[in-house]
Amino acid sequence: MNVMTKPTKLDVELIRQDFPILTQRIRGKKLVFLDSAASAQKPRVVIDAMVNAMETQYANIHRGLHWMSERTTEAYEATRDAVAELMNANDRSEVVFVRNSTEAINLLAHSYGRGVLKRGQAVLISGMEHHSNIVPWQLLRDAHGIELRVAPVTDSGELDMAAFEARLSDGKVGLVAITHMSNVLGSITPAERIVSIAHAHGAKVMFDGSQAIVHRKVDVRALNCDFYVWTGHKLYGPTGIGVLWGRRDLLDRMPPFLGGGDMISSVTYEQSTWAAVPHKFEAGTPAILEGIGLKAAIDYVQAIGYDAMAAHEAALTEHALSRLAVVDGLTVLGQAQERGGVISFTLDKAHAHDVATLLDRQGIAVRAGHHCAEPLMRRFNLDSTARASFGVYTTHEEIDALVDGLIRVREFFQ
Amino acid sequence: MTQAAVIPADDFDGLRDLYQEVILDHGRRPRHGQRLEVFDATAKGDNPMCGDRVQVWVKLDADTIGRVGFEARGCAISVASADLMAETVQHRSKADTRALFEAFRQLARSGTCPACAAELAEPMERLAPLAGVHEYPSRVKCATLPWHALIAALDGSKEASSE
Repeated sequence: MNVMTKPTKLDVELIRQDFPILTQRIRGKKLVFLDSAASAQKPRVVIDAMVNAMETQYANIHRGLHWMSERTTEAYEATRDAVAELMNANDRSEVVFVRNSTEAINLLAHSYGRGVLKRGQAVLISGMEHHSNIVPWQLLRDAHGIELRVAPVTDSGELDMAAFEARLSDGKVGLVAITHMSNVLGSITPAERIVSIAHAHGAKVMFDGSQAIVHRKVDVRALNCDFYVWTGHKLYGPTGIGVLWGRRDLLDRMPPFLGGGDMISSVTYEQSTWAAVPHKFEAGTPAILEGIGLKAAIDYVQAIGYDAMAAHEAALTEHALSRLAVVDGLTVLGQAQERGGVISFTLDKAHAHDVATLLDRQGIAVRAGHHCAEPLMRRFNLDSTARASFGVYTTHEEIDALVDGLIRVREFFQ
Repeated sequence: MTQAAVIPADDFDGLRDLYQEVILDHGRRPRHGQRLEVFDATAKGDNPMCGDRVQVWVKLDADTIGRVGFEARGCAISVASADLMAETVQHRSKADTRALFEAFRQLARSGTCPACAAELAEPMERLAPLAGVHEYPSRVKCATLPWHALIAALDGSKEASSE
């Protein structure tokens, strides 16, 4: 690994050397990867950690009495410690491993929604949620009589705080489930204010941190939130491993989500009792290798440091916004004051899919579509946008290539 | 290093296979891009992966397609494909239209249609500009979505099933 400990500024050229995939050529062109918000690329240390585990110490965990199983269990559980430290959790038992943010939210909707929330209570989401933070609550609403409320988004793409507070005023909202950073607009929501307002009205708060944790230091104790979910693959880790962090007293009150091995204390045909948290929520053989890979990703990110990552990203975003402004007919969606390195835009002469295909031809990877956020698209009267998103390895030159590429796309569709 | 400076001017040439002038033209100015006020059948097509939406209206003339109109919210490929489809199936029997759909699907997926019956040669030539999509697997659906909606309308269903 090429990063030193906690520099205030990251050396992007050195960082790029940590990511083997960045040397790939696409259609004969140098790869310009601007789709990290969908899934980030993996540094060598993550790849090596997973391969090394498979080659030297792989076995199932939490059950074997032999050397291999013990070593693998240690490695997997070390990830729980790393996550607890990363998020400043009170205790490692508050870290529940899941497949991804989607599973974490489904777990909460099922266990907290059915086990703790009462019929007639409400869940409050925002108008800029990913489908994964909408649909599980609709399922809960339909099955369990929980009302689903939505706090609107302003024209600038920020949470309408007055409307948010108004939705809480009757005291029926039991849980606020809201993004910490929009995957479409890049807007960062005012997490501390959200928590203090929600708590004042008797509601717990869950943040969907899938995007935010890539860009901001997340300290769950400082945020004072109740649940925080995120996914490993956007934080330079493997797919198939994600995190549900929850306050221990709340996790204790929740019934299990999936039943099976690993989550029980004892089983008879008459009844079973559950293991303590976090294992109560971790039925079945987990994503062992992915868990081990996630620790390598966390160590990598910690070594770079969130201050350096945030500064790099802020510089890239500022550069991108000022350069994109010169492209005729281009409109950036959302102008939030607080934003991360995710920029959605439309071109007046070309549909987003055509934009993506023509950029791809130049080796530039962006995402196009509704970004799993159809209600947000509808809010802005759009079907789709193109989206460029940045990571630790993104350079200013890549943003310049995007802008030049977009100018050519526009000429093509003139 | 600024990458843009090293991108050669003819860089989009490969894309002319996909975005031929006829596609750009029909995508920009579809001739049949409006709903029919009088119609016998209509159906919607929806690609939930990318958000493309199309609705097709059909006016029959006995067992023949009299006229097709559509409304599409989607990329240049999907709008052009809907327009070329509307143009091509006009005055064709329902059976011919179904055969043409199968042939076009093969063209969109593979770039050729060796099994195409000789009697389809002329309409297939009109659809040939869309053959380039086969090189872009994620875009094949853009071209076939309006056809799915048309066939659904002929089948009497309201929604096209996606591929």
